Formats: sequence, C-alpha cells, structure tokens
Amino acid sequence: MGSGSAGPHTRVEVMTAYAIRRVLWLIPVLWAVATITFFLMHAVPGGPFTQDRALPESVITALNRRYHLDQPLWRQYLTYLWDLLHGDLGLSFRGDRDVSQLIRDGFFVTAQLGILAFLVASFFGLTLGVLSALNQNGPLDYLGVFVATIGAALPNFILATFLIVIFAINLGWFQILGWGGPEHVADLLNPSAWDVKKMVLPVVSLSFLPMAYIARVTRASMLEVLRQDYIRTAHAKGLAQQVVIIRHAIKNAMIPVLTLMGPIAAVLVTGSFIVENIYSIPGVGRQFVEAVIRRDYAMIMGTTLFYAAVVAVANLVVDLLYAVVDPRVRYG
Amino acid sequence: MQEAELIERAELEGVVVGRERGLWADAFYRLTRNRLAMVGLVILIVVAGVAVAAANIHVVQRYDPYSDQLYNHVQEGPSWSHLFGTDNLGRDNWARVLAGVSISLQIGIGTQIVVLIIGLLVGVTAALGGKFTDNVMMRLTDVTYAFPDLLFIILMRSVLLGRDWPVISNPKLQIILAIAFVNWTIIARLVRGQMLSLAERDYVLAARALGASPWRVVVQHMLPNSLGPVIVAVTFGIPIAIFAEAALGFIGFGLPPPTASLGRLVSDGYAYVQVNYWVVVFPAAAVAVLMLCFTFVGDGLRDALDPRTR
Repeated sequence: MGSGSAGPHTRVEVMTAYAIRRVLWLIPVLWAVATITFFLMHAVPGGPFTQDRALPESVITALNRRYHLDQPLWRQYLTYLWDLLHGDLGLSFRGDRDVSQLIRDGFFVTAQLGILAFLVASFFGLTLGVLSALNQNGPLDYLGVFVATIGAALPNFILATFLIVIFAINLGWFQILGWGGPEHVADLLNPSAWDVKKMVLPVVSLSFLPMAYIARVTRASMLEVLRQDYIRTAHAKGLAQQVVIIRHAIKNAMIPVLTLMGPIAAVLVTGSFIVENIYSIPGVGRQFVEAVIRRDYAMIMGTTLFYAAVVAVANLVVDLLYAVVDPRVRYG
Repeated sequence: MQEAELIERAELEGVVVGRERGLWADAFYRLTRNRLAMVGLVILIVVAGVAVAAANIHVVQRYDPYSDQLYNHVQEGPSWSHLFGTDNLGRDNWARVLAGVSISLQIGIGTQIVVLIIGLLVGVTAALGGKFTDNVMMRLTDVTYAFPDLLFIILMRSVLLGRDWPVISNPKLQIILAIAFVNWTIIARLVRGQMLSLAERDYVLAARALGASPWRVVVQHMLPNSLGPVIVAVTFGIPIAIFAEAALGFIGFGLPPPTASLGRLVSDGYAYVQVNYWVVVFPAAAVAVLMLCFTFVGDGLRDALDPRTR
C-alpha cells in the first residue's frame, strides 16, 4: 500500500497503512465465518418447526414463507448477506423479535459479566505475577505458581461447581440463580440495581482462567525484565527499590502481557457460554446455546457473527496497541 | 578389551552419549526427574487402570452404572456400600464416575489421534506443497482462529448429531470428530513451522544432495525430528479434548442421555445440588484430576524435550 511511492515513510504513515490493512482484513474473515456458519447450521438435521407434536401442513408452509425458508438455500444465503450488509440480522423464530435487539439485550448482561471478570482477572493476575517474580522461589512464588497452574488446568464449570457447593450451599454467602446486574443502561449508576450476592460467583468462575494466564505471563516477563541491564543501571544510580520496580520494571514487563488480551477475549467468550449456562444468566452465550437447540437460524448467525467480531476486534486492538507501545515491532 | 571397557565407562559417566538414542533416553531420564509429571503419570495410570478394570470386572465396578437402580438408596452421601454415594435414581456414583472416566479417556485420546492424522497431513502438505497450498491452509487457520472454539464445536456436534451414516453413526466418534475438526489447526500450524525450519537444515540438504526422494526426506529425516514438539502438543491436546467433551455434556450437546459421561453427570447433578451435592462433587473432581494430571505430564514432557534446557 503506497510502498512504491518515493521518499521515506514516517512512522505514523506506515502505522496508518498497517491499521487500515488490518481493519479491511476483518471483512473477509467475518464473511468466511458467516458463510461457514450459514451452511453448517442448515446442515443440522431437523428444521426450526420440527416438534414432537407435528404442526399442520398449512401452518408450516406459512411459517416457511414468512422466514423465506421455502426458497432455495443459495437464495437464502444471498438474501442473508444482502441484509447483513444493511445491518439487518433478521428475525428470531422465537417471538418474531429482531435478532439485533435480542443480542443487544443479551450483550448488556454479557458485557457486565465479561468486563467485571476482566477487571478482576487483570488486577489479581498482575498482582500475583509481580509478587511471584519479586519473591522468586520463595513461598509467595510457589503459591502464585500453584494458583496459576490450577487455574489454567481446571475447567470453569468444575471450579464453579466447587464454588457453588462451598460458598452458596454450605456457607450460604452467595446466591446462584440469575444475574444481579442492572437490566437497563439507566440503572448502571444506581447502587440498588446491583445485587452483589448474585454476581460474585459467576464473576469469580469466569475470571479464574484469564487470571491464571495473566499471572503466568506477568511472572515470566517480570523475571526477564529484572535481569536487564537498564534495571541494574537504575539500581546503580541509587534509585529506591520501589521506584525501580514500578517505574522501570513493571512498565516494561507489561508489553508481553498486552498480547494476552486477544486470547483472553476468546477465553472470556468461551467461558461466558458455560458460566451463563451454570448460573442461568440471560446473556449472549446462553442465547446461542438455546438458538442451536431450537434451530433458530437467524439467532445462531447473529450470535456467532457477534462473537467472531468481538474476538477479531480484540485481536486487532491488541496488535495496534502493541505496535504503538513497543517501537521495536515492525509491521509490514 | 581395554578399549571397550573405557568406552563403556565413558558412556556410564555420560561423557559419551550414545548416538541417536541420546535425545529420547535423555528426555525420558529428565521426565523421571520431574516430580510433578511423575505424580501426574502415576495417578493417570492408576485411574485409567481402575476404569478399565471396572468396565471388565464386576468386583471393581460393584454396581452396574445404568441398570442397578436401588430405589431405597436414593441421593445418599459416600458410604462403604456406595463409595461415592448414589444419585436421584439410586444408581451407584462410583460405577457411574468410572464409566465417565473411561469415556473421557477414550474421547481425549481418540480426538488426538484424529487431530494428529489431519494435522500431520495438512501441515506437511502446506509446508511442501508450494505457495498456493500454503496460502490456502494459512487463511483457513486464520478463519478457525476467529471462531470461538466451543461455538464451532457445538455447531459441528449438532451437524453430526443423530446421523446414521456408516462409521460415523457411533455417538462417541461423532463427538471425537466434532472436537477434532476444530483442534487440528494447532498441530497443523506446528508441523508446518517445523517443516519450514527443518527444510533448511544441513542434514536435510545432505539427504537431498544424495538423491533421496522428497517423500523419503520427509518421512525419514524431517518427521522424526519434529516429533518432540508434536508429542508435547498432543499431550496438551488431551485435556483440551476432555474439557470440550465435558463442556458439551454439561450444556446438553454430549453423548445421548443414559450414557454416564462426566460432563452430563455434573450437569444432571446440578438439578439436585441443593439436596445432595456429592452427586456433583465426584464427577467434577474426576474431570479436575484428569485435566491436572495430563497438564502436569505435558509440562514435564515439554521441559524434558526442550533442547534449550538440556
């Protein structure tokens, strides 16, 4: 892109070109995801109106016409893409509601869960990682590595099981059904709309795995940085330990941690499926699972595309941030 | 005579490392030195042994996991007659959890066999098949990366669900294929990377210069040398597959109802978690033990096979 033109390119120019290329690359990726999902879900045996108690023939015909299911598959596919280009995700078979509206409702809940889990994971992961590195091979380090290993290997629904048995059933500290966050944007700042007792266990269940990842990478990255010459220089010129750690070490150790944010978005997405199902939280993950069970085609497409877009955008943002933060990164 | 003795002593003292067997013998030695990996390995062997024994010997299994429904022993906690308690139909949880462990192991290992076959084929083709194949393959992995794993697995699972095509009609195989179709990219990328870097090595150039056919170069020289990282990736793949199967069972897309897969045991137990939480605790602990042990063994293998730490 413009590489043939004369004169050296400034850093900003090169980076803008890189950013544009990366954003454009999202289009074919999302198109591929849409196409694969479309044909896969139509290959799922049984249609949306196959039920135990068969509907009258005339009703099924009418329903099929309403949702364009009477047309050949290639036509439905083209229609879907055309509507998608216009931002129309179609209608859900359930209650005839707009898919984008349903996803917006679900996402409002999923986003609260995801963002809280992300904040908890980042805070505890970073703290644990830094403390581990500063006390290498000490008891605190072993504790940190232990928690990180357990967290990385335990599936979140297993962890959730033990949390529920211990904290909700035996101790009775928390409640487990539903989501305690506000239902409307207007209530976000209203403390009485937040039911913390219902929110603790889902957030902890979802944040454990990303926390373990962050702790692991932070520890490794901190250890690496602490051995660098500039840290010795900082010590040699007489800076206090805290200043060296905070201003020089942690700041540089954060760069590799940043690359984790893409995988973490993916982990949170996968986790939200399971956590929302365990705790009966009405988010996008639960909507997807219900949509697959009911063969709700437009809803399957909508939620899949939505999740793919979230993961893709997270990866994109990370790559761009990475290029900004670390001047050594070349992008071409 | 004396010379042979000297060589033998040198080998004993590790001065001379026997050729070719060196890497593997050394890796094995270092694996046995890794306490966590050995603990994991021993637990896995014991658990797998008990699960296999339970499937064949009634004394170990004690009750039938499906048909022994004792309606006067419903929702019990652990006791000597029912080691893990009983569920809502009076079925013995010990027998059911062991049946679940055996299913998890079959699916974990089965998936990795399929993944290995697809991954090796695609990886080798991409690395050696020229630029076009390589491009197609890399774009394909890009797209699979954009798909959240579990979402894709659920879709694949639903597509295969209840099909009575030859061979694929087996529900266990359907689950294995659904998981493998999503996870093969890890091995494929790895093999491709290995192949590309190995292709420039001196011994590969030498083999080629001596007139070896490309097939022979790949099978005799390149594949054996990329085996280490592949073994590690496959070991780490087993807990991922066990998790995927358990998650599928948990959400309700797993093996059909009477089958006691661990994920379904946990999910069924949730309905009664307020009454009797032992029904959830034991299968959940079984998944946790399997996943932790495979991860420990994987960690151990990675360290043992990493040439940088030798």
